[in-house]
Amino acid sequence: MLRYVLRRVMLVVPTFLGVTLLSFTLIHLVPGDPIEARVGERGIAPERLAALRHEFGYDQPIWQQFLDYLWQVLHGDLGVSLVTHRGVWAEFLMLFPATIELALCAISFAVLIGVPLGMIAGLRRGTAFDFGLIGVSVTGASMPIFWWGLMMILIFSVGLGWTPVSGRISDLFFIEPWSGFMTIDCWWAEDDGACRSTWSHLILPTIVLGTIPLANFARMTRSAMLEVLGEDYIRTARAKGLGSLRINVVHALRNALIPVVTVIGLSIGGLLGGAILTETIFAWPGIGHWIIESIQGRDYPVLQGGTLLVAVIVISVNLGVDMLYSVLNPRIRR
Amino acid sequence: MPSQLAIFWRSFAENRGAVFGLGLMLLLILVAALADVMSLHGPIEQFRDNFLTPPVWEEGGTWRFPLGTDDVGRDMLSRLIHGARLSLMIGFTLVAVALTVGTSLGLTAAFVGGTVDVLIMRLIDVILVFPSLLLAIVVVAIIGPGLFNAMIAVAVVTLPGYVRLARASALVELNRDYVTATRAMGASMRRLMFDTVLPNCMAPLIVHATLGFSTAVLDAAALGFLGLGAQPPTPEWGTMLSSSLQYYQRAWWVLAFPGFAILVTVLAFNLFGDGLRDALDPKLKR
Repeated sequence: MLRYVLRRVMLVVPTFLGVTLLSFTLIHLVPGDPIEARVGERGIAPERLAALRHEFGYDQPIWQQFLDYLWQVLHGDLGVSLVTHRGVWAEFLMLFPATIELALCAISFAVLIGVPLGMIAGLRRGTAFDFGLIGVSVTGASMPIFWWGLMMILIFSVGLGWTPVSGRISDLFFIEPWSGFMTIDCWWAEDDGACRSTWSHLILPTIVLGTIPLANFARMTRSAMLEVLGEDYIRTARAKGLGSLRINVVHALRNALIPVVTVIGLSIGGLLGGAILTETIFAWPGIGHWIIESIQGRDYPVLQGGTLLVAVIVISVNLGVDMLYSVLNPRIRR
Repeated sequence: MPSQLAIFWRSFAENRGAVFGLGLMLLLILVAALADVMSLHGPIEQFRDNFLTPPVWEEGGTWRFPLGTDDVGRDMLSRLIHGARLSLMIGFTLVAVALTVGTSLGLTAAFVGGTVDVLIMRLIDVILVFPSLLLAIVVVAIIGPGLFNAMIAVAVVTLPGYVRLARASALVELNRDYVTATRAMGASMRRLMFDTVLPNCMAPLIVHATLGFSTAVLDAAALGFLGLGAQPPTPEWGTMLSSSLQYYQRAWWVLAFPGFAILVTVLAFNLFGDGLRDALDPKLKR
């Protein structure tokens, strides 16, 4: 097991180097350099431009810049935002909990609803419920979530007035950020009104971000169930006279969940992509919103650092999923 | 003796969803082809005395604008119809580019092997680490917004699937006897790659391309929505959504219809692609 873990971790190193090189190269494809691009038409005194270039290191040869960048990244220094002049890493740490909170809610929503629905559909193959779920899940998987979010706002926030339109919490409340997770901070502060406000702000973004994963998990669980139900050990369990609940849950679902766990893990990348759209629609102050703002403000250090950090998150999650998979399915370890 | 096509059709037609998807797809292609004849008005024609006219079934609606007008008095239905043409064109172009480039790269990796293979596949692995929408956004942010640049960005992020699939299928075929025989007869590398091996790798690639079509349309629309894709007044569905955002409280129809059109298009190709996969891949058959 240890050997497998070590080998798998070693494989991450070249990927990380490649990701750093790619995000570095992309940003350097900007015509001129980031300083010039940001100054734009306003113009700037040549001495000031030279000073700024020197300050951000853009006067060095390109390979030197990359090595410097890599060195800095390895020391946790991702540069400074050209707009706010705060460290990129510090800004990321401030905004990341909001994205994690939303992503965790969306994943839980998708798993808690998608897996049971998929399981029932698999057990009742060919019934109206099964066909209904297939139809709904194909539709869900095809959903343009930016539109879906707007429709939800139109119906539930504007039309019915049930949920707030945007943000994480109502302006009426101020909660001292402690963990960065609004739900925990409110609970910690023992402020019931703020808690209610936080949860009501979470509902729509959770549903919107969770829709595509929900559809995928339901489809995946259904087909995994169908496959498992045809196995010999299910027939044996039936022949032994075990109760159907025990067969379906203990024998079938547990084995069907192995591929589903992988799909859940692999959906994290897509979830972060979806978070960009969801956070934009709901003005959710997370990293997706931050990256879009960095594009509008031509804040290249933030764009570069943010992209790299998202890639690192995906690499880590994939690594974690592989580890978990090797625990669930020891055959993979070889 | 039924023909190959008849066998394929029989197993495809078993899947009612797939047939429905095919129907929707043909309808969309028809609408796109006949856009100029079908639309009542030009896609960017403005009617100055008809701002935000509601659809015909709502109070104040008129048959002149069956689905209402937008904030500068353009007919929604005409814009949606022209949008169908644009979206299908975006989808077909993207899939054609990604399929050609991706397959060539994948076959090259499989045939040449060694360092070339490692380099190509490492690059693909790195691209795959980034969430596809994020990478597309970064590419557009760098080369500048616009429909053409957005298409380049989406082509780049959809490439990995084709490369991996082409390489994997080619590696399987390379060990077959017919390839060894052709090689022994002295066929050139190019002939071996494109005439001998490629036709036998096409089935999974076609399925992937069909499903990739919906991803392409969806990503291009998302970029348009974020203001990074097609620019106004182009009747691109995602762009239409973003430019009518500020009117959504007053006029639900400017928001509801373009997104619904995206959903229907993506759904049609997903249903068709799923059906195609089940019909072409006998291993998955019940």
